[in-house]
Amino acid sequence: MQTNTIDIKRLTKRQLLWKEVKKNKHNYVLMAPYVILFMTFTVIPVFMSLGISFTYFNLLEPPRFIGLDNYMKLALEDEVFIIAIKNTLILAVVTGPISYLLAFVFAWLINELGPKLRAFMTLVFYAPSISGNAFLMWLLIFSGDIHGYLNAFLIRFGITDNPILWLKNPEYMMFVIIIVQLWLSLGVSFLAFIAGLQSVDKTLYEAGAIDGIKNRWQELWFITLPSMKPQLLFGAVMQITTSLAIAEVSMQLVGFPSVQYAGHTIVTHLIDYGSTRFDLGYASAIATILFLIMMTANLVVRAILRKVGE
Amino acid sequence: MKINLKKLLRFTRTKRINRSTAGNIFLFILLALFGVFSAYPLIMTASNAFKSLDELFLFPPRLFPRNITLDNFRDLSELMENSWIPFSRYFFNTILITTLGTAGHVLIASMCAYPLAKYKFPGRNLIFTLVVYSLMFAPQVTATPNYIIVSRIGLIDNPAAIILPAIASSLGLYLMKQFMQQIPMELIESAKIDGASEYRIFFTIVMPLVKPAWLTLIILLFQRLWTTDGGAFIFSEEYKPVSYALRQIAQGTIERAGTIAAVSFIMMIVPVTFFILSQSRIVETFSHSGMK
Repeated sequence: MQTNTIDIKRLTKRQLLWKEVKKNKHNYVLMAPYVILFMTFTVIPVFMSLGISFTYFNLLEPPRFIGLDNYMKLALEDEVFIIAIKNTLILAVVTGPISYLLAFVFAWLINELGPKLRAFMTLVFYAPSISGNAFLMWLLIFSGDIHGYLNAFLIRFGITDNPILWLKNPEYMMFVIIIVQLWLSLGVSFLAFIAGLQSVDKTLYEAGAIDGIKNRWQELWFITLPSMKPQLLFGAVMQITTSLAIAEVSMQLVGFPSVQYAGHTIVTHLIDYGSTRFDLGYASAIATILFLIMMTANLVVRAILRKVGE
Repeated sequence: MKINLKKLLRFTRTKRINRSTAGNIFLFILLALFGVFSAYPLIMTASNAFKSLDELFLFPPRLFPRNITLDNFRDLSELMENSWIPFSRYFFNTILITTLGTAGHVLIASMCAYPLAKYKFPGRNLIFTLVVYSLMFAPQVTATPNYIIVSRIGLIDNPAAIILPAIASSLGLYLMKQFMQQIPMELIESAKIDGASEYRIFFTIVMPLVKPAWLTLIILLFQRLWTTDGGAFIFSEEYKPVSYALRQIAQGTIERAGTIAAVSFIMMIVPVTFFILSQSRIVETFSHSGMK
């Protein structure tokens, strides 16, 4: 009781903070398990990655400081890394915006349907992203022999005479990865858009019609999009991060490493050095560069999207 | 085709304003085309699982098998019994990792989301900002240091090496926090007046209210853990998950195509069924997903 009567003004800043912390003790207790795990497996690793990237480290011997050597090697000597960067950027620039648009367009179209059909179409579009290894079906579709579904189809209709080696010919690899990645891409942001569209205030549409909005396109531009801005921002973050981290599809479909590294990405390069060659310093340098690319892309796009419509 | 379209159009909400028929037809064709693109590989995965080998390699591939057979599943179970490690062991590992991981994630992320959503205190903004930033890079970025940390803690070759990082997944915490923000403060205050402790409020009032968000956290993490192959973290055969075993089978010869289809089907049907059952509540959660 005594402490409560002390004049608050006489407390120093630090004591005030301590008082606040004590008052919120239960909040910290509730948060502790998550925060400890989150720090251990997400926050600290980002800084560790940066630190290790300046060393030579193979897990057996203690890390040896080598300055910027890893980065110099990445920039000047590692030709495969240049291919990986090029492929990653192509994949991101193509699948990022297209998947974002597809997720929105389909969410928007589905929103026009009645509840039953809407639920069904949501399932149809969302299912690929939660179907585990089902994307391996594309191995059968793109299989390079005459039994591959696509080849058999093309041959039957006389579009080509010889089966195309979709998964082995460097010319087609990126195409295949893009198709399958787009197939997988209606995920979290798609659901966010569906939910966002459903929560747009319906009276806005009626008011808009009175104010002279003539068709669905104007309605979309002037009413729907501005009302959904928070979901659109969230969706952008999800799609950007995913589109820059393409690896699994590439490794499973066109192989790891792929012929002439034609399907190699920054993440597969990272896996190559981290898990196969155990050159952890070098892998960390790759990871740090990937981290910077992802953060920059996200923060720039976020800044642009925030400005739209203001 | 015409009848189908009419049928489809009848499903649309008749009351919507500003809709032209031509536009409707165009958009429905678009929706139908991409719907087929999206569904075809999944339907084929399901149907191949029930085909006999000769039908599997038929062209054009039949969308629905003429002779439905369970041979592939029988082959799979035989393979399970004869493999060096019983195949059921792989399934057990996957189920263990998935159950503990998702349950832990829902509980621990919710415990953290509640104070973030409802109270102001020192450190709150810092933690939430870090979580939002962590959505901006893929987990692969931290794979190498994670390996080092896990091996230093001594969790290599232990399912916990997969479970613990998954529990701290940031997307789930983010969505849960956004969802909890809509809980009225009066509800919490009145429980406090009735003498309930903060912990009690969290477990008896807040948690039951956010059930839709549980389902969302479950489906998001579930699919990740369900398909994990253990990566570099688990090297003992007896701790490997089923996804790893599937990959081993897939590397086998062409006669295994049926078995692969059966495993793919099992791997696919579990998360998809879960989503079908909980779809409406999952979508509800995402209406609060917005970012500023």
